[in-house]
Amino acid sequence: MSSYSDAAHDAHGHDHHDHKPGFFVRWFCSTNHKDIGTLYLIFAAIGGLTGGVLSIIMRAQLAAPGSHIVSSGQAWNALVTSHGLLMIFFSVMPALIGGFGNWFVPIMIGAPDMAFPRLNNISFWLLVPAYALIMAGQFVGDGAGPGWTLYPPLSNATYQSGPAMDFVLFALHLAGISSLLGAINFITTIFNMRAPGMTLHKMPLFVWSMLVTAFLLLLAVPVLAGAITMLITDRNFGTAFFEVSGGGDPVLFQHLFWFFGHPEVYIMILPGFGIVSHIISTFSRKPIFGYLGMAYAMVAIGVVGFVVWAHHMFISGMTVDTRAYFMAATMVIAVPTGIKIFSWIATMWGGSIRMEVPMLWAIGFIFLFTVGGVTGVVLSNAGLDETLHNSYYVVAHFHYVLSLGAVFSIFAGFYYWIGKMNGHQYPETLARWHFWMTFIGVNLTFFPMHFLGLAGMPRRYVDYPDAFAGWNQVASYGAYLGGAAFLLFFYICFKTFTSKQHLADNYWGEGATTLEWTLSSPPSFHTFEELPRIR
Amino acid sequence: MAGGRNGLVGGALVAVVVGMVGLSFASVPLYRLFCAATGYGGTPQIGPEASPGVATALITVRFDANTAPNLPWNFAPAQPETRLHLGEEQVAFYTAKNEAATPVTGVAVYNVTPDKVGKYFHKTACFCFNEQTLAPGQDMQFPLSFWVDPAIATDPETAGVHTITLSYTFLRSLDDAAKSGALAKAGPHVGPLLR
Repeated sequence: MSSYSDAAHDAHGHDHHDHKPGFFVRWFCSTNHKDIGTLYLIFAAIGGLTGGVLSIIMRAQLAAPGSHIVSSGQAWNALVTSHGLLMIFFSVMPALIGGFGNWFVPIMIGAPDMAFPRLNNISFWLLVPAYALIMAGQFVGDGAGPGWTLYPPLSNATYQSGPAMDFVLFALHLAGISSLLGAINFITTIFNMRAPGMTLHKMPLFVWSMLVTAFLLLLAVPVLAGAITMLITDRNFGTAFFEVSGGGDPVLFQHLFWFFGHPEVYIMILPGFGIVSHIISTFSRKPIFGYLGMAYAMVAIGVVGFVVWAHHMFISGMTVDTRAYFMAATMVIAVPTGIKIFSWIATMWGGSIRMEVPMLWAIGFIFLFTVGGVTGVVLSNAGLDETLHNSYYVVAHFHYVLSLGAVFSIFAGFYYWIGKMNGHQYPETLARWHFWMTFIGVNLTFFPMHFLGLAGMPRRYVDYPDAFAGWNQVASYGAYLGGAAFLLFFYICFKTFTSKQHLADNYWGEGATTLEWTLSSPPSFHTFEELPRIR
Repeated sequence: MAGGRNGLVGGALVAVVVGMVGLSFASVPLYRLFCAATGYGGTPQIGPEASPGVATALITVRFDANTAPNLPWNFAPAQPETRLHLGEEQVAFYTAKNEAATPVTGVAVYNVTPDKVGKYFHKTACFCFNEQTLAPGQDMQFPLSFWVDPAIATDPETAGVHTITLSYTFLRSLDDAAKSGALAKAGPHVGPLLR
C-alpha cells in the first residue's frame, strides 16, 4: 500500500535510544502505547479465563437434566450475568480495542504514540477496579442475576435486593468511562497524528475499523451510562424512571439499553473485521479487494447499527409497522456485511495463499461469522422472532458472531502479531492444535443450540426437560474441548515467551505491507521519533 | 502534546459524550410525550370533551382490573363490558375497597388493547388521572368517561377491531409505600429482606 523513508529507527544510534523506565514506573504508570496495549492483552486473557471458567461451570450444570452443580435459579442467573459482562467488557473489548488497538493504531499511521498518553493509562487502570466490582457482583450475597441486559424490574431493588447488583452497575460505569476515554484518544490520534502522506483513504483497514468503533463507543456508551444511572437512583434513591407505581416505564430501559447494546455488538466485531482484512491480504499476497468499499462498509454498518435497536424487543408490544421498520432496517445491515465477506473471498481468489496459523483463524472467522450472520437474518424476521425470542437459537446466533467470530479474530491477531510484539516465534504445531481444538470445540458447543432453540428450549434456565438432554450433552463435551484448547493457548504463550527463536522485521514477507512490518520485532520502546513519509 | 489541535478534538469529543448522556435523560420525558402523542403501546388519548360526531357503528369495550400485590385493595370493574356507538361518550365504573386497617393511597396505570387503537380511544374523565386515597374499610365507586373516535372504522389498520379492552393496574403510590414502610422492606441494602 505504501512505502516509507527508513529514517525512523536507523538515525537513532545514540545510547539512550531505547531507554525504558524501571519496572514499577514502566508497568504501573505507563504512558507508552505498546506497554498499555500489552497490559490490556494480559487483562483480556485474565477476563477471558474468568468468563471461560464460568461458562464451563454452566455447561457442566447443563450437561444432563436435574444437575445440582449450580444451587439455585438466582445463582444460575448470576453466573450468566457475570459470564456475559466479563466476556464483553473484560475480554473481547480489552483485547481488540485496548490491546491490538493501542499496539497497532499508532504504529500503522506512523504516530509516535497516542494523542493523550496519560489518559490512555487511566483508561486501562479504570478496568481493574471495574473487574473487581464485577467479581463482587458474582460473589457478594446471592450475586447479581439480571443478565447482561439488566432489564428492570428484574434488576430493581425488589428482585435484586442485595448490594451485588449495585456493584455490577458501578462496574459498568467504570468500564464505560474507560471505553469513552479510550475512544476519545483513538479518534484524536487518528485525526491529528497521521504521518505525512497518510491520508484517510490510505489508512490501513484496521485503523479504519478502530475509527468507526471509537465513534460507536462515543455515541452508544453514554446512553448506557444514563440508563444505569437511572437504574441506580431507582434502586437506591426512590426515583421512578422505570418504576410503574411512580409513573415510570420499564420498556424505556429496554429502548435505552439496546440503543447502546446494538452498536455494542458492532463495537465487538468491527476491530475483528480490520484484523481479518490484514491477515487475508497478507497470506494471499494481494492487496485487499475493494479497499474503499471495505472501509465504507464498516462506516455503513456503524451508521445503520444505530437505527435497528428495537429488533431486540420485537415481543415488547410494538405495533406491526414499527416491527416492519426495524425488521427491514436490520436486514439492510446484511448488505455492507456481505460486501465485506465477499471482498475477503475475492481477496483470496487467485491469490498465492499460505495456510499459516493466523490465516487458519481468519478463514475460520469468515466461516463462523457467516453462519452467525445467516442466523441473524433469520432472527431479524419479526414473525419468526415471536417464537425464537429468548430461545437457545438466539444463544447460538450471538455466540457464532461473538464467541466464535470476535474471539477467532482475537486469536488470528494474536498469532499474526505476537512475533511482532515480543520478537519470538510461536510453536507452530501446538498453534495448529489450538486452532483445530477450538474450532471443533466451539462448533460442537454452539451448533446443537440451534436445534435446542428450534425445539423450544428457553435460555436463562438452570435446568431443562429430559427431551433436550441429548444435544445439551454434546454441547457440554464441546465446551470442555474448547476449554482445554484455551488452556493450551496459555501453554503456547509460555512457549512463545520462553522461545529462543528471534524473528526478522517482516517475518511474513511479501504481502505484509503495513508500517508495523518496517519496524524491528519487537519494536523499540519509542517508535517513529522521526515520522515516516507515506507516498 | 495535549494542547492545540489535540485539545480541540478531544474537547469536542467530550462534548459529544456529555450531549449523549443529556439525550439519554431527555429521552424520559420525550418517550412519555411520544407515547401520549401517538398512542404508542396502547396509550389512550386524554380529552377532548366532545367527539367529532356520533356514528351508527357499534363497538364493544371490555373492562379489566389488576391489583399490585402490595396494595391491600379489592379492585374490580362494576360491569364486564359495554357496547356503545362510535363517537358516543359513555360513563363506566370500577369499585375498590380498602381491606387494610390504615388509609392507603394508590395510583392506577392504564392502557388499551389492541395497542394500535390507543390513538382512537379518548378518555375525558378518569379516576386514574389522580392518586386515590381510601380510608380503612372504605368502599368506593370510581367513574370514568370515554369515547371512541369514529375514524377507527375508516383507518384500514384498525377497521377490523370490534372489541377494545381497557385495562387498569392499581399500584400503591411510591410515597404511600415509603410511609407505610413497604419500601423499607424492599431489600437488605435499605432494610430487611422481603421473602
